[in-house]
Amino acid sequence: MTTTGAPGRSGAPETPAPPPESAYGFPRALWRGLGRIPVPPPLTPRTWRSPLRGPWLTSVFGVVLLVGLPSVILTGLLSYIAYGPQFGQAIPADVGYLRLPLFDWPTSPSWLYRLTQGLHVGLGFVLVPVVLAKLWSVVPKLFAWPPVRSIAQLLERISLLALVGGILFELVTGIMNVQYDYSFGFDFYTAHYWGAWVFIGGFVAHVAIKLPTMVRSLRTGGPGRWLHDTVEDTVPEPPDDEPGHSLVATSPSPPTMSRRTLIGTVAGGSALVGVLTIGTTVDALRPLALLSPRGRSYGTGPNDFQVNRTAFAAGIGPGVGDGYALVLRGGAGGEVRLDRAALAGMPQHTATLPIACVEGWSQMRTWSGVRLRDLAALAGVPAPVNAFVQSLERAGPFARTTLQANQVLDPDSLLALRVGDTDGGPMADLSLDHGFPARVIVPALPGVHNTKWVGAIDFRSA
Amino acid sequence: MGWFRRTYGENPLHLLALLACFALAGAAVLALVPNPNALWIAVWFAAAVIGHDLVLYPLYALADRSLVLARWVRRRVSSRPVRVAAANYVRLPVLGSLVLGLVWYPTISGGGADVLAFAAGLPPTVDYVARWLLLTAVLFLASAVAYAVALGRSAVRERNSRR
Repeated sequence: MTTTGAPGRSGAPETPAPPPESAYGFPRALWRGLGRIPVPPPLTPRTWRSPLRGPWLTSVFGVVLLVGLPSVILTGLLSYIAYGPQFGQAIPADVGYLRLPLFDWPTSPSWLYRLTQGLHVGLGFVLVPVVLAKLWSVVPKLFAWPPVRSIAQLLERISLLALVGGILFELVTGIMNVQYDYSFGFDFYTAHYWGAWVFIGGFVAHVAIKLPTMVRSLRTGGPGRWLHDTVEDTVPEPPDDEPGHSLVATSPSPPTMSRRTLIGTVAGGSALVGVLTIGTTVDALRPLALLSPRGRSYGTGPNDFQVNRTAFAAGIGPGVGDGYALVLRGGAGGEVRLDRAALAGMPQHTATLPIACVEGWSQMRTWSGVRLRDLAALAGVPAPVNAFVQSLERAGPFARTTLQANQVLDPDSLLALRVGDTDGGPMADLSLDHGFPARVIVPALPGVHNTKWVGAIDFRSA
Repeated sequence: MGWFRRTYGENPLHLLALLACFALAGAAVLALVPNPNALWIAVWFAAAVIGHDLVLYPLYALADRSLVLARWVRRRVSSRPVRVAAANYVRLPVLGSLVLGLVWYPTISGGGADVLAFAAGLPPTVDYVARWLLLTAVLFLASAVAYAVALGRSAVRERNSRR
């Protein structure tokens, strides 16, 4: 289908034809009156000169985001569930009607959280150039005049605030958070969670409204129609049927770049960000993460892996092991106290598990220690409904955590005493920063819930 | 249905999708209102939009104009034909460098260094500004090599066509 509007329109300094009468909704006189007000640039269509902008180009970026952003949204919501909202330990705890469907976060596969959260953060980073390109491609709409021509457009533009504001806010807060820049001053989790729902609202409505336009634009002349042009062949797309709100330049400059170069540039930008991010989750590629705080190595020893909270920050002194005794509660026979020698004397189990942070980084280690289910049996609660783990740390937000039954009973869930690399190298006692005398490590559990410096475990029966 | 379209401007499903959007976003905003930082969060939300649409975008669009201006000047001062347009060999490494600088701004600027040292035990011994500049240099070097190759190929093509 070709539009018949303004055939042969040249780059001459003419004012574009006013929108046809049918383009206006109620109250017609108001919108039409607005449209008649002479406006300076950037509110005139002639401000926008790039011959590359058009519905096809926008749709190419759109289809990438249509696949990418739902993945980021879903993995983000999964992370909320992985934190255990049923115990009030997901943040924000009270989410009213926007409660997610609850299920027990699984312990298998052990790399589940590593994957979902690595995707959430990694894909979020990689999509930054695509989001910026998409916004560049539609910027003429932001300054279109008259700003709206119907109540429908007015509402749609308000919803775009949720869409554009939502994605930018989520990207900014997420990107700052994983780099330890908390200068926004509010609680990250709370803002990122509610911001996500605002964005989801805008995103779903935008997809519902624009999907037909996207499909139509991509199918016009075949999906690759505009990829074949060299810079010399590059001409604007045919004008779309939105006079005054068109993406296609009414007076285009000569092209300085072909569409395939532009798309290649955006893809290259994403690839560059991806190469510099992948090392935060793939141990062997860590040196590539040149600009990420988690690209740094602590060394090559068994304890040389990423620390989220140092003993110093947690207020744990080097004397924490003196007179240490783990307290197990919940059984009818009262408390059971185990010093570190008693723990080391119990059957030891070894498991190779990743530790994966909400910030997206993860690292593989081999852990050895006592199975949590053996401790539960010893406490006299062999089938607990959950377990409340307390750290010797007093103040931190993650000084205590509740584990689900499946997380206590998994054969690889440990109260780890020793740690080693994944190459079968020698193992060593946990260092103070990694939770000496003992820490929890549970498959697929978010990093901060693998409590360090464990002081007590309360195995709860129904 | 004609009257609805004439009055509202779109079909009823359009309105339905937007009402769903406002209901969801509205619920999220209402849930956030009791938070003592709600206003500050809203300020950041607005600042993210304004920061992109009215600051970042105009800045990079204006910066790009300088390349167009340079091209115009080049064609004014020299009658020698342009063999390979240089603009994109400048644009691409600049864009790459700016994207890296934007995405890793908190690390490069040292905004997270104190917290990182305290929480992760990683002292601020890495010069991230230098790393960013080095990456920028690599991008420009790659672009220069690509430009040289393109120039060479164009010269070869020209000589062959002259024969």
